[in-house]
Amino acid sequence: MAAVQQTPVQQTPVFEELAVGDVVAEQEFALTRDSLVRYAGASGDFNPIHYRDDVAATVGLPGVLAHGMLTMGFAVQPVVDWAGDPGRVLDYQVRFTRPVVVDPSFGATVTVTAKVGQLDAEARAARIDLTVSFGGATVLGKAQVRVVLG
Amino acid sequence: MPVNPELQGRVFPPAEPYLVGREKVREFARAVFATHPINLDPAAAQAAGYADVVAPPTFAVVVQEHTLAQLLSEPDAGIDFTRVVHGDQRFTSTRPIVAGDLLTATLTVSSVKTLGPHSMVTAETNVTDSAGEHVVTAISTLVVRGEE
Repeated sequence: MAAVQQTPVQQTPVFEELAVGDVVAEQEFALTRDSLVRYAGASGDFNPIHYRDDVAATVGLPGVLAHGMLTMGFAVQPVVDWAGDPGRVLDYQVRFTRPVVVDPSFGATVTVTAKVGQLDAEARAARIDLTVSFGGATVLGKAQVRVVLG
Repeated sequence: MPVNPELQGRVFPPAEPYLVGREKVREFARAVFATHPINLDPAAAQAAGYADVVAPPTFAVVVQEHTLAQLLSEPDAGIDFTRVVHGDQRFTSTRPIVAGDLLTATLTVSSVKTLGPHSMVTAETNVTDSAGEHVVTAISTLVVRGEE
């Protein structure tokens, strides 16, 4: 990376231009077993169900699973990129409803769609609702991000 | 053994202060597919008004982990770690975590509920900076599966 790099100009979304139901971001994430090992190291969560097929099978799981917190972690990134600054995210919640099984050869592709769920004109904030799906089913419930648009 | 209902309301002593390193923020950012320059490049972060690289919104989980470890190792808690499933998670921030922050995390058990053979434990980790100002509150609900 060059020592001097021009920071891209971030276009902050304009609150007045948003409407409930607008899709503000959409992205696919291709997870592999490498992604899980990387997240284990970065987060400190070394539960073996996230990297050992034998352990996953022993506890009755359909396979090695992505950490719920990994899914929560990347699912918000399209919103961060759209908002232009991670500091605009003031509140983020999810419910873990279904596991993401990561195949040793093919991995797992998770799709994120971010839609405006509610607008708060007084606070100039938007509630962005995430639909996070894998294999045609949603894996997070009530996934909501509160973003202040300034 | 069911989860001890007397855990409700218990406040744990603050965990060992956590110093947020720049490379740790970068490592975590890469792990959650964060590509924003503010997460990775100190110059970009400074141009946006931050002292150093900014952690992704779920980074507080790293700090929270230390407090949840206190709860799970509490001798009278009755929580069997192999039976714990993460039910839900929430982060409520006053400001993002930035490299260089010295964070203190304090855990409070806000509720213990029983649902058939299962228990639901809601734990709230309050994270403050070296000036004592609130940074983020991380709330986890852990589902402890009982014997079927």
